[in-house]
Amino acid sequence: MLRLTCPYCGAAADETELTPGGEAHLTRHGPGSSDEAFEGYLFLRKNPYGVHFERWRHAHGCGKWFHAARDTRSLQVFGTYSAQVTRPPQDIIDRIAATHPGFDWEAGQ
Amino acid sequence: MATRRYSAFAVAREATRYHSGWERAWASPAPKAKYDVIVVGAGGHGLATAYYLGRNHGIRNVAVVEKGWLGGGNTGRNTTIIRSNYLQDASAAIYEKARSLYENLSQDLNMNVMFSPRGVLMLAQTEHEVRGWKRTAHANVLQGIPTEFIGPKRVKEIVPIMNIDGPRYPVLGALWQARGGTARHDAVAWGYARACSAMGMDIIQNCEVTGVRQSGGQVTGIETTKGAIGCGKLAIVVAGHSGRLADMAGFRLPVESVALQALVSEPIKPCMDVVVMANTVHGYMSQSDKGEMVIGGGADSFNNFTQRGSFHHVEETVRALCETFPIITRLKMLRQWGGIVDMTGDRSPILSKTPLGNCFINCGWGTGGFKAIPGSGWAMAELVAKGEPGPLSAEFGLDRFREGRFIDESVAAGVAH
Repeated sequence: MLRLTCPYCGAAADETELTPGGEAHLTRHGPGSSDEAFEGYLFLRKNPYGVHFERWRHAHGCGKWFHAARDTRSLQVFGTYSAQVTRPPQDIIDRIAATHPGFDWEAGQ
Repeated sequence: MATRRYSAFAVAREATRYHSGWERAWASPAPKAKYDVIVVGAGGHGLATAYYLGRNHGIRNVAVVEKGWLGGGNTGRNTTIIRSNYLQDASAAIYEKARSLYENLSQDLNMNVMFSPRGVLMLAQTEHEVRGWKRTAHANVLQGIPTEFIGPKRVKEIVPIMNIDGPRYPVLGALWQARGGTARHDAVAWGYARACSAMGMDIIQNCEVTGVRQSGGQVTGIETTKGAIGCGKLAIVVAGHSGRLADMAGFRLPVESVALQALVSEPIKPCMDVVVMANTVHGYMSQSDKGEMVIGGGADSFNNFTQRGSFHHVEETVRALCETFPIITRLKMLRQWGGIVDMTGDRSPILSKTPLGNCFINCGWGTGGFKAIPGSGWAMAELVAKGEPGPLSAEFGLDRFREGRFIDESVAAGVAH
């Protein structure tokens, strides 16, 4: 079972205590955007084989949304962080780079 | 390689000579420099695509490349349920095509795929489901697919081991498709592989695709762990790993990959001769010919490629099934496994042209691909051969998401697919 530490309340939460919210750091498109951009925002997903950034909600805990960095192949968790940022903290990027040489967050965006 | 026919006579002949005359079912050639069509993925859907390319369209200079062994992905990991009781016309058409092809598949392929049209019951355990299944039954009448909504008494007659009284999950009725059933999943892949090999196609296993070559917006070939292979057309049929291939080909997909799991019990005496699906609790069960109870569970809710599954999903599924089937409470479970399924936003598949010329994709079958294998291969072969979708695949294009033409089975079919 996946365990993530909620960055808000600090609880180490089991997967059953959490609700997944899909890919993180999407750019929100709405009225006035192009069809391509709107389709990308609504439907197209990175679905990476490896490092993934996603949204989770501590549903049966403090109720807050947060971000997590995780490897979809090994289920290794690199860390969790605030939902109020548009870029993962540097320490998480460094931790990913330690096991995934050459990892470049900007290149994946 | 000349393929000898399997028959009762062949079994008798081999019985007189210590079974020394059986041959390999398919050849294992080195890749040629170029093929008319390369199919990536030797699962059921990929092999069926190749088979119908040869049989229906006369295209036999075909290679099927596979990173592992053929039939080793979701084809070998599902719960083998075959049904076509879908709500939307486009889905009903392709799943019914598949179901009807399954009926004669053993004869077509000269391989016993053990298709067993034992009947599929989809339980209604909430009022909402009762209404949903009645609506589906009416839709099926219009689509020409024989299904009926039956009451709890009839359900109990069909499955005597079922507890229909609840209290938590009472059985209020069921959608009954008498012509649904199961088949031997491995034999489906093996049968198609053998038939493809007999037509002169190359099935290249242990050959992982590492890149897609293109020139002027057209695909020209693939790079693999066994070297570069040229192709006129490319068909990507790789289920959970579709995103990786799409990435190599330079486009994005509305697909997310999650693990879906199943488990089997120790073998017991025959006790249930139909397939039962319970969508409210997301558990489904049938009894294999060996006597094992085959149980399908829920999918993980987050993206992963681990082919393992999670124990809390097993617990949820088994807990609910134990109430509906009190007989199974003391069964020991023998094996549990997971497969990586490719989920689309509307839970319907994608059979489509792609932004890359002469490159086609067949994916998004999600949690219900096995039942569709022959129909999917039939429709995909037509798409690849003609370059344009035929009647079966016309609705399943990638552009339906941008245009809002969803084939919304996630609501229609409940969660189980």
